[in-house]
Amino acid sequence: MIRKYFMLAFLIAANGHAFCGFYVAKGDAKIFNHASQVALVRDGDRTVMTMANDFRGEPRDFAVVIPVPTTITREQIHIADKALIDHLDAYSSPRLVEYFDYDPCRMVAFDAQRMPAAAMSKMQVANEERARSLGVTIEARYTVGEYDILILSASQSNGLETWLRENGYTIPPGASSVLGSYIRQNMKFFVAKVNLTEQTKLGYNYLRPIQVAYESPKFMLPVRLGTVNAAGAQELFVYALTRKGRVEATNYRTIKLPSDVDVPLYVRDDFTPFYKALFSEQVRKENMSTLFTEYAWDMNWCDPCAAEPLSRDELRKLGVFWVHDTNGGAADVFLTRLHVRYDREHFPEDLVFQETGDRQNFQARYVLHHPWNGSSDCEAARNYKQSLRDRQEREARNLSSLTGWSVEDVRRKMHLASNDTSGEKKWWQTIWQ
Amino acid sequence: MERRFDPRLYQIGALTLLLLYGLTALDFDTTFFRAAFVIGAAIGAQWLCSRIWSVRFDPRSAAISGLSLALLLRANSILLLLAAAAIAVSSKFVIRWHGKHIFNPTNFAIVAVMIATPRVWVSPGQWGNVAFFGFLIVCLGGLVVNRASRSDVTYAFMAAWAAVLIGRSLWLVEPMTIPLHRMENGALLLFTFFMISDPKTTPDSRAGRILFAILVASGAWYVQFKMFHTNGILWSLAACSLLVPLIDVLLPGNKYEWGRAVSRLRGLVVCDNSATTRPRDLATLAGGIS
Repeated sequence: MIRKYFMLAFLIAANGHAFCGFYVAKGDAKIFNHASQVALVRDGDRTVMTMANDFRGEPRDFAVVIPVPTTITREQIHIADKALIDHLDAYSSPRLVEYFDYDPCRMVAFDAQRMPAAAMSKMQVANEERARSLGVTIEARYTVGEYDILILSASQSNGLETWLRENGYTIPPGASSVLGSYIRQNMKFFVAKVNLTEQTKLGYNYLRPIQVAYESPKFMLPVRLGTVNAAGAQELFVYALTRKGRVEATNYRTIKLPSDVDVPLYVRDDFTPFYKALFSEQVRKENMSTLFTEYAWDMNWCDPCAAEPLSRDELRKLGVFWVHDTNGGAADVFLTRLHVRYDREHFPEDLVFQETGDRQNFQARYVLHHPWNGSSDCEAARNYKQSLRDRQEREARNLSSLTGWSVEDVRRKMHLASNDTSGEKKWWQTIWQ
Repeated sequence: MERRFDPRLYQIGALTLLLLYGLTALDFDTTFFRAAFVIGAAIGAQWLCSRIWSVRFDPRSAAISGLSLALLLRANSILLLLAAAAIAVSSKFVIRWHGKHIFNPTNFAIVAVMIATPRVWVSPGQWGNVAFFGFLIVCLGGLVVNRASRSDVTYAFMAAWAAVLIGRSLWLVEPMTIPLHRMENGALLLFTFFMISDPKTTPDSRAGRILFAILVASGAWYVQFKMFHTNGILWSLAACSLLVPLIDVLLPGNKYEWGRAVSRLRGLVVCDNSATTRPRDLATLAGGIS
């Protein structure tokens, strides 16, 4: 039996072979595999991290080990509603907008479609003496919602590795040294497994996101453990909610996903493969060494709105501690959506972030133009029809450049003749004009 | 008299190339217009300060400050960039000790505006870590440093910072790809070859300069790995610059003077980011302020 695990920083299952599967939830559209979604609420040294997953395996196979900078008490852990992350995803997704050309002889934008991005055993209680003999200290043990949670500290990586193995966790080869570096940084380990009894009692048939609130100057995501045994690259979406402005990585380049590009009409029906191909192509062009900003916006509004901004209540539930229900006026929240595909070779160190003072709004937005198909006849209409062919050719080339798809294939799908590839006038057409 | 090429022109050329590369290939979060505006503002401030302090106007050092700011500092408001350019240039005239600048002008301006407002930022990740780019910038920077003298501080800092990064990774049992990744950073190379190498703001003696470099690296380690704050090297350089007068007392050396530098380099006008004036002007300025 193949067991499945969802991997964020380091998620491992009791026994079995590693697999990081993660699928988009919306409409069951399978978008990005091996993906995780993390919301990071950050102001000063205070962080609230919400980790969502769409784990589809047996709940008893689910486990997660995350290095955290401080010891976590029961009150610092919360189980959130999955809808919060889905709403964040929907609000910040790359989007397609469409415009309808007017009758040229005499504009309205519609939000056409949005792309949900990554819609992505009870634990045996260890003998505490055995743990101590291995240099592992169980700092705390909680059952929160459907999860059994342990906070571990360790004095040596081998002991921790042995303890995890003895307690049914599959530790990939090479994890020990990574664990060791976190131990030396005095980091603790947040370990969670599903409590099947509690899950049955609660009646959820999916795993809800785990939230952890902590105070630490470290503004980072530990991704190294997740790359130890990963089969190929992993996908990560980070939704950073801050007060000042946009969030970016400090130890890797953060660039904006290409945006505001005109693409052919058929993308409307192929937006899922388009977004996947576009992202893969941009990753390839940047040698898989950058993070991409897909959205950066003041949470109070949107234009066009792929989904309504999150309410104050939702923001509070996500951990935005500086927003209160009683506050009047605008919520002081800036959302940055980062998307990264990473592996050990290209991302050797953990992601470190900083909040910048940048409050310029950005969205990944692709534009459809519906041609006017009326029958009016005038000089302007004739010019329009002439220019339409050029525009469609440009759209074909844009799409090819964005996604890496063959321009010939794109033209074929657009029903454009391929022999007239340039879209430019023949030289003789301009002589006597 | 033999005429030699002013190394500031090398520096301006190198920084311009880097800026163009950043704007076109690396998607720097700024525009050609903003970059030109900052450079123009720095040169304008230099002109104004030259008038106020009655010294000869020379735009080259200000251009270097402007280019450095355009490479490093980001803000939504163009007025904040203008303020940074004005602070950089005027700091050379105002903040002095025994005829020496205390701070590297660009470093001082960046730190000052970052303290004053959260609306500015420096993106150390904007350079990526493309090895080719690192190699290119080292070559360009090395050229400038070798012609500008006092390269010992650059080499000492490189060694000290590499020791910090590698030592930390050895302590944490991390693979060497991690410190290498941190060193393959354009912002670090820019700092090492174009900022800390400023001869007017480093200690007079070689021992002092090596001590200074080690202090800057240690301070950067503290800011980056103990406080977990971004841009440790910039904060550390600004803080350690305040110690330079003390280092000069403890480890005295020959003061960096234009006349000596000129004679040593056979007519080469040696300069740096902070060079504002010719020898006679500088003496006048120092005398006037003191």
